[in-house]
Amino acid sequence: MNGYEFFIDLSRCIGCKACIQACSECDTHRGRAMIHLEFVDRAVSTQTAPVVCMHCEDPACARVCPADAIKQTEDGIVHSSLKPRCIGCSNCVLACPFGVPHYVAAIDQMMKCDMCFDRTSIGKKPMCATVCPSQALYYGPPDEIRRMRVETPVNEFRFGHQTVRTKVRLMTSPDTDHLDFDIMSFMPGADDPVPDVTELVAWED
Amino acid sequence: MAILSADENKLIERYGPHLNYEPPGGWDEQRECSLVKTHCCFCGVQCGIQLKVHDNKVVGFEPWEEFPVNRGMLCPKGVKRYLQNEHPDRILSPLIRTRDGFREATWDEALNVTVEAIRKIQSKYGRDAFAMLGGASMTNEKAYLIGKFARIALGTANIDYNGRLCMVSAGAANKMAFGVDRAANPWSDIPLAKAVIISGANIGECFPILTDYVWRARDNGAKIIVIDPRMTPIARTADLFLPVRPGRDSALANGILHVMIERGWVDHDFIEKHTAGFDRVVETVARYTPALTESITGVPAASIIRAAEIWGPAETSMMLHARGIEHHTKGVENCLTYINLVLASGRIGKPGSGYGTITGQGNGQGGREHGQRCNQLPGARDIENPEHRRFIADFWRIPEESLPRTGLSSCEVFDAIEAGKIRGLLSISFNPLVSIPDASRTRAALEKLEFYGCIDFFMSESARHADVFLAGSLQEEDEGTVTTGEGRCVRLKQSVTPPGNARVDWQILTDLAARLGRSEHFPYAISDDIFRELAAASKGGSADYSGMTYAKIEENMGIFWPCPSLKHPGTPRLFEGGRFHHADGKARFHAFEYRPPAEDIDAEFPLFLTTGRVVSQYLSGNQTRRIGPLVDQYPEPLCEMHPLLAKKLGIATGDIVRVETRRGDIEVPAQVVRTIRPDTIFVPYHWPGRKSANLLTNRALDPISKIPEYKVCACRVERVAPKAVTL
Repeated sequence: MNGYEFFIDLSRCIGCKACIQACSECDTHRGRAMIHLEFVDRAVSTQTAPVVCMHCEDPACARVCPADAIKQTEDGIVHSSLKPRCIGCSNCVLACPFGVPHYVAAIDQMMKCDMCFDRTSIGKKPMCATVCPSQALYYGPPDEIRRMRVETPVNEFRFGHQTVRTKVRLMTSPDTDHLDFDIMSFMPGADDPVPDVTELVAWED
Repeated sequence: MAILSADENKLIERYGPHLNYEPPGGWDEQRECSLVKTHCCFCGVQCGIQLKVHDNKVVGFEPWEEFPVNRGMLCPKGVKRYLQNEHPDRILSPLIRTRDGFREATWDEALNVTVEAIRKIQSKYGRDAFAMLGGASMTNEKAYLIGKFARIALGTANIDYNGRLCMVSAGAANKMAFGVDRAANPWSDIPLAKAVIISGANIGECFPILTDYVWRARDNGAKIIVIDPRMTPIARTADLFLPVRPGRDSALANGILHVMIERGWVDHDFIEKHTAGFDRVVETVARYTPALTESITGVPAASIIRAAEIWGPAETSMMLHARGIEHHTKGVENCLTYINLVLASGRIGKPGSGYGTITGQGNGQGGREHGQRCNQLPGARDIENPEHRRFIADFWRIPEESLPRTGLSSCEVFDAIEAGKIRGLLSISFNPLVSIPDASRTRAALEKLEFYGCIDFFMSESARHADVFLAGSLQEEDEGTVTTGEGRCVRLKQSVTPPGNARVDWQILTDLAARLGRSEHFPYAISDDIFRELAAASKGGSADYSGMTYAKIEENMGIFWPCPSLKHPGTPRLFEGGRFHHADGKARFHAFEYRPPAEDIDAEFPLFLTTGRVVSQYLSGNQTRRIGPLVDQYPEPLCEMHPLLAKKLGIATGDIVRVETRRGDIEVPAQVVRTIRPDTIFVPYHWPGRKSANLLTNRALDPISKIPEYKVCACRVERVAPKAVTL
């Protein structure tokens, strides 16, 4: 919609769960939230993390789905599972690098965030980002958020040799253009092509 | 006798709280709905919201992105607030107590019984023996009407409201310092500030929408200072966090001002031209060196100096506080010492510079302006000021001598019931059993009443003691206005009509007034009639609404008072040009030495207890403890404590602990967290019965504001059972 994009800034989150409650009120969700919010470790901090779907360019959840139940539309939205197809196997739950999909036992189906497709497809903002009191979840024009904030939006996440690009952007420190999650990225040979599998296990000897 | 007439479990089974999870008729995205632009019924931010209405029922919400304050943002309470409408616990008819609970009654019978009881008590014990208690979640119209009803129809001096438990310390301090009781700035000034002090305000949980304002200030380069015994969500990423020991706030403010004066970070020109009383403050704070202040407050001297370094030379600044410094026996003093920091800086009355308390209740601001308080008349006038009395007596067309004088404040009303001086009570939208400190005494007082009448929409814990329950209205069932924490009067729209035989609150009051023989003073056909009268009554008062109309408020999405004429646009920012509202135009400094809380810790009760809110509940929970998704988010009170304390006491997260004070004890699960001072525990207060934090708190009052000391008392904690195992 209007070139609007979705941005997450975990540092702003106050853990109020307005996003969760609002998600459950999105017309087609019928009281069930498709997103979740975690305390990182309440014993230590009030830091919380809202988890919405990152909408990967090449979604692992859809790729590993044996029933072809997860569809991606042209606008880049990775949809929740299709009820007639989903077999509840939870492959997607295991495959997602961001911990997004949840298997809902009561209906034997995986449910996840579709960026409020029923709202965004008709020009409205997603429920969670509309209500978010801290604007840790923001939905709007990319140039607007660049103007307002010092943090940089990033949508490239490197897990060792695997790079995941997402539609949703994570606000991070200025001058950052991607995030590395695997220490291998910082070690000698990080840019080498994927090593042979046999070489990978060589260190065990 | 207002003792419970049935087993409490039976009453709960019949009247709840039960949990509502779904809109009436279940989830149905196909149904045709209309959207009503109105406001949330909870905190003082009063977020704009659109209620979805189908067939005279509220079935959901849509964000209202055009409303400028919250721009669509809502907290979880706002999102799920619609579930209070069409709730199975809703009381649909007047009720009269029987030997085993309540029976339904006609309005005629319920009103007649009430009026008979009022007459009987007043003729036997005098007019003041019958008290009325209102609430600050109700509209300006109702706040005005309740004050007028109590003074003209009941003729009692004893009319007060639950705002007495909320922000009255700030109100009194504002009047003393500035000559007017209102936040000085619109919240839109927060993002323009380069330094922000947030003292005793859990913004992330109690006013979640304002978080965005604070973060935008930081985006613009502001330094954020948070002062609290707990690292609340807003404190987590603050530039400076001062973990103040409960009950020491005035010492901390004195200590920061000490450094500002020493370093020359005061605006002498402003102080000279626009204030009075600075010299005495200089003398007083001279003693509060960083070292002494550290020893009193438990805040490191280096942090006190750092706070002064951030606040002192800042280009623009906003001072925000809330109940954390107000709920004290020196609540007024705490507020005034913080106001000293603002006045000394000279940064007030300008864009991005100023001050405000953040009111906690839905109409925390307006609810305290229109005469619902024991010491106040409409237009925020003083009940003991001869000129003010004459104006209102003439306006109401009553002899001035018949206008009661200052009555008892909320907590004092319960003390007076205890002492046998007050025999009858009519309350509206007030749940004292959960919200007033020392709940065992509150219960005994309710039991002692000869008559207790209750106007409410749900059977609150207090209402279970009622002789007559008058089924009133929810916020969305009436037209009206509320005034938000920034002084903006906004319009509430009626979304649906009251269900069953329930009635709009103000009509219940006007009917009672008629039965008390005073109908000529209450000639209202619609809410707007009351608004026009309160606006006219406020003319010339400090809270002047006389230039407001419903249409004008709606068109402008709210009008800030004072608004003295129809052409006047309202006043978002007070004190521009350094003009304050005292007769001489000057603001007042106030010098206070730190003094300890009413009950400090000792060997017997070695820990501080402080109480407050959680984000998913509101006040005494009479509404929010019935909303399933909000209850699931935080189902019961937890006792927060630091791991150092927990280790000493042998307590792990989830263990059941007994918290005991000189007034009572409760048993709740422990939550062991590094985000609270090791000498302090925290228990949120929204719950009744054996988990009620207010069984523990101290009903000691601030001598000026009469606010009780919720934020500090002495307690001890012990482990009584291991964590419950779920199989």
